[in-house]
Amino acid sequence: MHIHRYEKAWAYFSLGLVLVFFLALITAAFAGGVQVPGPTGIVDPARLAATDFAQPGLRQLAPGEYEVYMVGQFWQWTPNEIRVPQGARVKFYLTSGDVQHGFKVQGTILNAMVVPGQVTSFSYRFKTPGEYRIVCHEYCGSNHHLMSGKIIVEAPAAATTAATP
Amino acid sequence: MSTGLKRITLLYLIVATLALFIGTLFGPLQAFDQARVDLYPLVQRLLPFVRSYYHGLSLHGVLNALIWTFAFTAGFLLFATAKALGRDYPRLWMPWLSLVLMVVGLVVTAIPMLRNQATVLYTFYPPLQAPPMFYFGLVLVVVSTWVVGLALWQIYGAWRREHPGERTPLPAFMSLVTYTMWFLASLGVAVEVLVLLLPWSLGWTQYTDPQLARTLFWYTGHPLVYFWLLPAYIAWYTVLPQRVGGKLFSDPLARLAFLIFLILSTPVGFHHQYVDPGVPVGWKLLHALLTFLLFIPSMLTAFTVIASIEYGGRRRGGRGNFGWLWKLPWGDPVVSAQLLAGISFMFGGIGGLINASYNINMVVHNTVFIPGHFHLTVGSGVTLTFMGIAYWLLPQLTGRKVWAPKLAVVQSWLWFIGVMVFARGMHWAGLLGVPRRVPISLANYWQPEWQLPSLLTAAGGTIMYLGGLLFFLVFVLSLFGKRVTVDEAEYAFAEALSPSERAPRLFERWGVWIGAAIVLIVIAYGPFLTNYTYNFVAPGFANYWPR
Repeated sequence: MHIHRYEKAWAYFSLGLVLVFFLALITAAFAGGVQVPGPTGIVDPARLAATDFAQPGLRQLAPGEYEVYMVGQFWQWTPNEIRVPQGARVKFYLTSGDVQHGFKVQGTILNAMVVPGQVTSFSYRFKTPGEYRIVCHEYCGSNHHLMSGKIIVEAPAAATTAATP
Repeated sequence: MSTGLKRITLLYLIVATLALFIGTLFGPLQAFDQARVDLYPLVQRLLPFVRSYYHGLSLHGVLNALIWTFAFTAGFLLFATAKALGRDYPRLWMPWLSLVLMVVGLVVTAIPMLRNQATVLYTFYPPLQAPPMFYFGLVLVVVSTWVVGLALWQIYGAWRREHPGERTPLPAFMSLVTYTMWFLASLGVAVEVLVLLLPWSLGWTQYTDPQLARTLFWYTGHPLVYFWLLPAYIAWYTVLPQRVGGKLFSDPLARLAFLIFLILSTPVGFHHQYVDPGVPVGWKLLHALLTFLLFIPSMLTAFTVIASIEYGGRRRGGRGNFGWLWKLPWGDPVVSAQLLAGISFMFGGIGGLINASYNINMVVHNTVFIPGHFHLTVGSGVTLTFMGIAYWLLPQLTGRKVWAPKLAVVQSWLWFIGVMVFARGMHWAGLLGVPRRVPISLANYWQPEWQLPSLLTAAGGTIMYLGGLLFFLVFVLSLFGKRVTVDEAEYAFAEALSPSERAPRLFERWGVWIGAAIVLIVIAYGPFLTNYTYNFVAPGFANYWPR
């Protein structure tokens, strides 16, 4: 098949372009740790009381290390507000008790689907103090626009700061 | 060409335009809402059936993204294939049947939607549930598209028997590829609706599996994008070059681009599910790579189409690197609509590459960046091209002049400027974190930095809507326009500089390409679906699917 010189060059350029992009992405994912969530486990949405989600909430595992179990349900998160100290690393476990929800923490890269029957998980270190909004970004019925929570990252108290080198 | 086919095509155009008319009614309301102006209380006084933002948004999505595109494509490609093959359909009742199924499907879907019983948006993710009528109506709409595909294969078979060994004329070849790709692609949503959703909505089964439903939906959901887009590409390859006085740069390369779409359009759906919990990252990565490869036939299309119209511009006396651009017949609405659609689509394509970018997707997933993106692609690249094609089809179908062609040119510019401003606002707001599918005027987490992009969105959406209103005006009045004798040469398909005989014979061996498409689908989806269904099943689903 005859292909014009310029066409051929353009096709190779296009192929090279997407391959370079792809390499950059997998480097960021596997060497840089910017990774998308994958399967964590399954739960029966009708019997959350019999699972790890029976008592949702924040738990401290070690100094600066936390895990939080959160359940999305018409139209809030349980817990709907968590407080962690600056620099805390938080492992999130999320699921839904009813329909699909979305979990986006404003100002961070945290963004995931919360699907009934599935556990969504990822971890994140909150380096900057402040109030982070959690916004539901998947349509979940008539009050979807009111479904939002908060993560409050607290700066260490002045005394503690002075004590820390 | 038989008057029967012309009648079918015209009726398809009317159904499509009617759907677009009702669907776009809600567009400016949503755009204003972004700028925190809630017009719904006002609208409810005029149109009391509209219950909420989400109700309007469901109608906007289903009518524009599914009915307008499917009905227009059916009319356009049924017509273009018969025109290119120079013969009639051996059984004209099949195109008629497809039209009847489309109209009945539309009505059956519309009844629960208009009554606010199917406010589940056009993605209808379970366990949000709609009444059985909604799913049943959508089944009829999809079956209608299958009947169109069968009719195309029938006319092709008849033509092939009369022309053994010849190359299929390009518009017919591309139409066949489009519908064959769609046959393979629509199986996902067909299984989702028939096996998971319809029995569940009827109450025959108690449970459903939301993660599996999402996967089957997006198995169809991404190739759906190409089912929207390929008819626009067909117009750019076969109508536009002739209309600007040029020639198609390369017929074989155009065929190659379409064959790549045939094999790569479907095995890419996981790039809509990068942040889904139930899908392993390895499969997400494979789909990311295949999605990137799918960028190449669009790049080839950009090259060939631009080279073809540049040839036209130079034949019209254009000089220099860009001088040919101004020599193009911008005063012809068939041309202006398609050129402007193409320009907006380029930005949409680049944005699409961002969305497909695996982990970068986390920045934009389910923010208004996404609807910003697809208003550039399906909302303008496709829709504005279809508007241009309507101006190309109407005189051929009715023997009447397009009413006020200058106004039609203004129409295309308004739509283009509107969508560019709108999309600028939406992309920007998305990067600032505004979630999609939310009535921002009512949300409890508005941020002051969202103000400026939201104003762009509202302004752009309004300008777009004015362009839409002008389209409806020109379309309807053209149906009653002045009678003219249609000059066939003006409406011929483009000749090619590098003709079809240069394409390898392999391009006409359908079995090879369809086989390759199926193999890739099996590789990309087979292991996940088998594993998910048998080993990794949500408990609710296990009751439903006895093992």
